[in-house]
Amino acid sequence: MKQMSKIVRTITNLVYGFIIIFGFYVIVHGHLTPGGGFQGGAIVASAFALLLVSYGSLITKKFLKKDFLSIMESSGLTMFIVLAFLGLGITFFYNFLANIGGWFGNTPVIGPNPGDINTGGVIPLMNIAVGLEVLSALGVIVLLMASGAEFTKKKENS
Amino acid sequence: MNNLLNHAPILIVAIPLLAAFLIPIVGKVNKKAEGITTTFALGISLALTIILAIKILSVGPQVYVFGAKSPSLTLPSGLKFPIRIMFEVDAMGIFMGLITAIVSFLGAIYSLTFMGKYDGLDKYYSLLLLLTVGMFGMEFTGDIFNFFVFLEIASIASVALISFRGTDLGEPAEAGFKYMVVSSISALMVLFAVGIFYGQYDLLNFAAIASVIKYSQLDKIALGLLVPVLAMKAGAVPMHMWTPDAYSEAPAPITMILVAASQASLYALFRVTFSLYNISLSTLTVGWVIIIFGLLSMFIGVTMAIIQKDIKRLMAYHAISQTGYMLLGVGVGLAVLANPAALQKYGITAMEGGIFHIMNHAMYKGLLFLTAGALFYRTGTRDLNKMGGLAHSMKYTTIFFIIGAAAIAGLPPFNGFASKLLIYESVYRFNPLLSIIAMVVSILTLASFVKVFHSAFLGPKLPQFKEAKEVPRSMIFAMAALSCIIIFFGLFPNLIVKNLVHPAVMSLIEQFKYTGTVLGGM
Amino acid sequence: MIDNFPFIAVIIFVGLGIYTLMFKKNLIKIAIGVCLIENGVNLFLITLGYKKGAVAPIYTQVPSGQSMVLPTPQALTLTSIVIGIATTALILSIAMMIYKHYSTLDTEQVRRLRG
Repeated sequence: MKQMSKIVRTITNLVYGFIIIFGFYVIVHGHLTPGGGFQGGAIVASAFALLLVSYGSLITKKFLKKDFLSIMESSGLTMFIVLAFLGLGITFFYNFLANIGGWFGNTPVIGPNPGDINTGGVIPLMNIAVGLEVLSALGVIVLLMASGAEFTKKKENS
Repeated sequence: MNNLLNHAPILIVAIPLLAAFLIPIVGKVNKKAEGITTTFALGISLALTIILAIKILSVGPQVYVFGAKSPSLTLPSGLKFPIRIMFEVDAMGIFMGLITAIVSFLGAIYSLTFMGKYDGLDKYYSLLLLLTVGMFGMEFTGDIFNFFVFLEIASIASVALISFRGTDLGEPAEAGFKYMVVSSISALMVLFAVGIFYGQYDLLNFAAIASVIKYSQLDKIALGLLVPVLAMKAGAVPMHMWTPDAYSEAPAPITMILVAASQASLYALFRVTFSLYNISLSTLTVGWVIIIFGLLSMFIGVTMAIIQKDIKRLMAYHAISQTGYMLLGVGVGLAVLANPAALQKYGITAMEGGIFHIMNHAMYKGLLFLTAGALFYRTGTRDLNKMGGLAHSMKYTTIFFIIGAAAIAGLPPFNGFASKLLIYESVYRFNPLLSIIAMVVSILTLASFVKVFHSAFLGPKLPQFKEAKEVPRSMIFAMAALSCIIIFFGLFPNLIVKNLVHPAVMSLIEQFKYTGTVLGGM
Repeated sequence: MIDNFPFIAVIIFVGLGIYTLMFKKNLIKIAIGVCLIENGVNLFLITLGYKKGAVAPIYTQVPSGQSMVLPTPQALTLTSIVIGIATTALILSIAMMIYKHYSTLDTEQVRRLRG
């Protein structure tokens, strides 16, 4: 993929950071508002796709390393399953942090409330793990598809 | 120790899952450790499955509720129906679990050397573990939506494994595409049925739905969606077009595991018809539908197999044909389910034959695919016309092939004979014609394997295979283990049928036992 | 009648998807057919949990006494969307691999596996 025009690249520079921050916001507030790990991760990955479309895959590959992303994917997944294993004293996936104070341990208020981010037990942690996994996995998919598209284009031209 | 036993159902699934996610990280450190880690994780799984099997067969079905205060707390604080996702493992589930555990463990051992020359093995082993997780999940889960999720995990992993060699060759990618389309359609239809159940009863739990099911018009639609798609995933004719492609293009150890994966779909078909609907459905009609699927699969599978030149494609068509036997046996059991006298007289025996055949088929078909893989490993071809005289240089492989071929053809001291005899005897009492067709198919199977044996192993030593020698030790070990199981089952069929197969059949027939475990004495 | 419109849309989606799968020869179009069926099924699930005039089932900043839609079908749909993305990505990448080898996406010309 080639670079797009200057206008597109400038707009990308402007919104790129905001998209990523919004994605992380959605991940971290997953237990309070609509969204969560997958949705937030997909938003972050869409920022990667924007970078790829406007700057072309050659420049993007300098910013986004495929190997680094796959390591991050595996560690996100491992973090998720380890959190599930930690509940094994009682049952698998047991929410051992909820309602005991401390980390994400506040008891949530029943009924309409303004929302307390320090609730949910392991759910926010799992959201973060899933978010890491999804953003890196979708990033890898986007990068691989871009290089595949380049290959086919080269084949068509030759 | 007791605590570990309570957690066994989830650990069987969770340990391979953890290993699957760790493998890419392990692979960055040491390439050799990938295969060892996989084998180790699947070995733990196998050991836990055996322990759990002993417990279930002596105590009764086990439930495991995720995230609850205790693993067996299905109905907390006076709820009438369960809301959490749970595993429910009964004798039938653990029977299938044993097959999965054995097959995937041996597949991983076989892969250690067989896949040695390929790149990207971290992905291969991760996917192999995920496929195992998906199969275990399909067999253990007690939640119908969770079943859909595990079905998708298994099918996505198996598609990626089928097209594993697709970066170098075109055919594996083609087979993978076909299988992906087939399995996503079937998974989506399962999801549609889940939606229908949820819309009617507000329930997602197998046992809870089974206790309230009314066989209304919508339930009939759901059954009409579930039966064909699960039969399609199991590879029954006329929805078999993906089977020969997928089985022949996947690497040999994966083919062996795919056989077990399609049997997991078969298990789901039986679970839906027996545990979910049981006698509320019109058993005779549905039973005959399954019997006709079985007859078509048996006959068309074997006739297509006879004309094949590609050894793995030939075996794949035989796999379709053997699936027919299972459908026939269990279909007869379903057809007489509402008739207690006939059920006692021959229905249970027919089902025992069908269910026992699932285990036997996984073992001997796995062995045959592994020998085909061994031939491919040394000769680099799957074309029977190009092979010949390999008995001179590959003695162990020849012996294992003879054992597998004799078992699939139903010759006496091997396990195929035991289950086929049960099917012939009982089906003859239901309808003699069906039994005769089954016997004819068995003879054709023998004829086809005599042809394979003749063209691949017999004859003078060919000059182009002068270098061919016996395959490495890990491949021999996997094949030898399967051969031992085949001979053991063939020599002591009564032991297996009484202790393993009969409880499995009874847990299918007695619906209240399945629902009662979750809902408590209903 | 108006309440049944989503179900009619579901039937149209699934029907179009099955039509695409059966009669189209292009691999990308087959992938689109699978996506159509998937969207139909997702629409079916999400419609099951719909209630007229209800809000999303989230307690943060909700006006009190408001009735909420059923969250379970939404969770199911979300899971199925996530799986659908994986399926679509896999189908498309396999289609790319096929194109790499055969330089065509026409199923008639691709078929090497016969019999």
